[in-house]
Amino acid sequence: MARKLLLEHINVPGINTFDVYRQKGGYAAVEKALKTLTPEEIVEEVKKSGLRGRGGAGFPTGMKWSFLAKPEGVARYLVCNADESEPGTFKDRYLMTYIPHLLIEGMIVSSFALGAHASYIYVRGEMMPQIRILEKAIAEAKAKGFLGKNILGTGYDLELYVQPGGGAYICGEETALLESLEGKRGNPRIKPPFPAIAGLYGCPTVVNNVESIAAVVPIINEGGEEYAKVGVGRSTGTKLISAGGNVKKPGVYEIDLGLPVEEFLYSDEYCGGIANGKRLKAVVAGGSSVPILPANLFLKTINGDARLMSYESLADGGFVSGTMMGSGGFIAFDEDQCIVRNTWNFTRFYHHESCGQCSPCREGTGWMEKVLHRLEYGHGKMSDMDLLVDVSKKIEGNTICPLGDAAAWPVASAIRHFRDEFEWHVTNGAEAVKRNYGLAHYADPLPKPEAV
Amino acid sequence: MLRVDDAQAAPVTFSPELIKQFDDIVSRYPVGKQKSALLPILHLVQAEYGWLSAPVMDKVAEYLQLQSIEVYEVATFYSMYFMRPQGKYVLEVCRTGPCCLVGAEKIMDYIEQKLGVKEGEVTPDGLFSWRGVECLAACGFGPVLQIGPEYTFYENLTEQSVDTLISDLKAKSNN
Repeated sequence: MARKLLLEHINVPGINTFDVYRQKGGYAAVEKALKTLTPEEIVEEVKKSGLRGRGGAGFPTGMKWSFLAKPEGVARYLVCNADESEPGTFKDRYLMTYIPHLLIEGMIVSSFALGAHASYIYVRGEMMPQIRILEKAIAEAKAKGFLGKNILGTGYDLELYVQPGGGAYICGEETALLESLEGKRGNPRIKPPFPAIAGLYGCPTVVNNVESIAAVVPIINEGGEEYAKVGVGRSTGTKLISAGGNVKKPGVYEIDLGLPVEEFLYSDEYCGGIANGKRLKAVVAGGSSVPILPANLFLKTINGDARLMSYESLADGGFVSGTMMGSGGFIAFDEDQCIVRNTWNFTRFYHHESCGQCSPCREGTGWMEKVLHRLEYGHGKMSDMDLLVDVSKKIEGNTICPLGDAAAWPVASAIRHFRDEFEWHVTNGAEAVKRNYGLAHYADPLPKPEAV
Repeated sequence: MLRVDDAQAAPVTFSPELIKQFDDIVSRYPVGKQKSALLPILHLVQAEYGWLSAPVMDKVAEYLQLQSIEVYEVATFYSMYFMRPQGKYVLEVCRTGPCCLVGAEKIMDYIEQKLGVKEGEVTPDGLFSWRGVECLAACGFGPVLQIGPEYTFYENLTEQSVDTLISDLKAKSNN
C-alpha cells in the first residue's frame, strides 16, 4: 500500500479537532516554515516538489507563486478555491469535512510564503456544514496561537476567513471567484492582467485549490525533493481521486500518481471493480469537463500500453484517443448506461452554469442541450451529430474562460467515441426511449495501430 | 425573476442580532470593501425570511451602502437565492450525471409523487417545495439532497429514506 501524504491520519478518531491533529504531528509545517524558513525558501521547496495545481488545470503551483507581484505598500492575498463543483469531484468536501486542520495548516504556511496577512477560503455556498467545520477549526487554531497577531512569537500576523459562495459553478474559475468574493456576479475577468498582478481588490493574489494548499504541508515537512520522489515523471506526489458512478466502492482515495488505471478501478484497495457484477462501458477520468473514453481506450492507450493515473498518461493520445487528469473526478459507467443521455445531462449542466457573458457559450450550450435532448428522446436527425460537433467547435476557444471548452469537450468526445450509439438513437428512435444501447463493442480489445 | 410588486410592500427592519452578525462579516474585509459581505449577508437574510423579496434586498443595499440594483443583480445570478416564497423545507436534489447514474431521476419522480407538487411549487400546507439542482459535490454518495438554511445533507437516498425524511420533517414542524 502506498504511503498517504494527506490522508494518513484520516481515520484517527477526533482528527478534526486541533488537539488530536496536533498530537499526530499537525502544525509541524507551520513551526518549521515560520521559524526556520524564509518565504523565498518555501516557494523554492514548492517549486522543487513539482506540485501541480490540483483543481483541474495542473499548472505548477510553485511557478504560480513565483509570478506574484510584490509592489511596496500593496497588500497581497491568498485565496483558497473551495468552490468544488465539477461533476464527479468531491475530494475537497471530504478533506474539509474530516481533516479541516490540514487545510488551515497549509493556508498558514502558504500565506506566509506569499506575504499575505489576510487570506480567504472561498467555499461553495451549499457546503454550509463544511463552512461551520472550518470556522470552528480556525477558532481553535487561533486560540492556540497559530493564527492572529504574532503567530508563535515570530512576528508574523495572519487572519483567515471563510467566505461562502452563492451557488455557481463558474465561481470555480479563479477570476469569477474573485469577482464573487468582491460581492459581484461571478463573471470571469478578461486576462491579462492575471490575478498574480491584479486579483482581489486589484491587489496581487494567488488562488489555489484546497488540495494544492493541503499538499504544501507534506512538502514543507519532508522537503520538496522528497515529495517529488513520489509519482512518475512530471506527475509528482499523491492525488486525491473522487471515485463515483457505478464502481463497487465509491469514495475518495489518495493514490501515488502513476498508479495503473486498471489497478485503481479493479483492486479491492480502491474502487473494487464495477458494482452489481456489471461490466465497464466508459470512464470520465477527471470530472465532467474532460473527454469521455470508452472502456477499451481508457484501460490501454492507442499504442496498447497500460494507462496510468498520471497527468501525462491520461492525456496520452491527445483528444483523439486520450483524456485529462482534470480535478480527479473519476466517473465509471456500467454497461447499462446511455452515453447520449449522460451527454445531454452534462450539457444541461453547462447551459445552466454558463454565466452568460460570452455569446458562444451562452447560446451554444443551450443549443447543444436542445439537440441532445431530441436525440435522447428519439426525435433526432442524422445531421445532428455533425451539428453538435460544429457548435462545440464554435464554442471551444472563443470564450473568456474555460467553461466554454469544458462544455464543448464532453460533447465532441462522446460523438467521437460513441457515434454509433448516437446514430442508433436516430435510426431506432422508438426503441431508444425504452432501452439502452448497452455495452456494444466499447470494451472490446482495440485493433493494433498500423505500423508507420 | 425579481418580484417587482413587492416594491410596494411594507419596509423591513433587521433585528439588532442580525445587524451584529452583518457587522462581524463586514469586519473581515478591508475598509471600503464592504460589498464583499453581500453574499454571506444574503444567506443570513434568506435564512431569516425564507426568500429574498425586493424590500429585503433594498434594506441590505441600504446597510451595505450599495444601489439596490447591485444587490438584485447578484441575488438573481446565484442559484441558492430564492426570488419567490418557498416551502419551509426546500428539498434540493442533485440532478447531475454521476447522481443520475445511481438513480437520482427516480428519486426526483418519487419526491414529486410523494409531495404531490411539481418542481418549484409549494405544498398546500406550506411545508415543502423541491427542485433539482446541479452537482452538489457528493458524487460518491448519490443520490443526494440538501435542505437549507443549514444545508443538511442526505446521502445514498432510497424511497424508504425519503419517506423517513419527510415524516421526520413533518413531525419536527408540528413540535
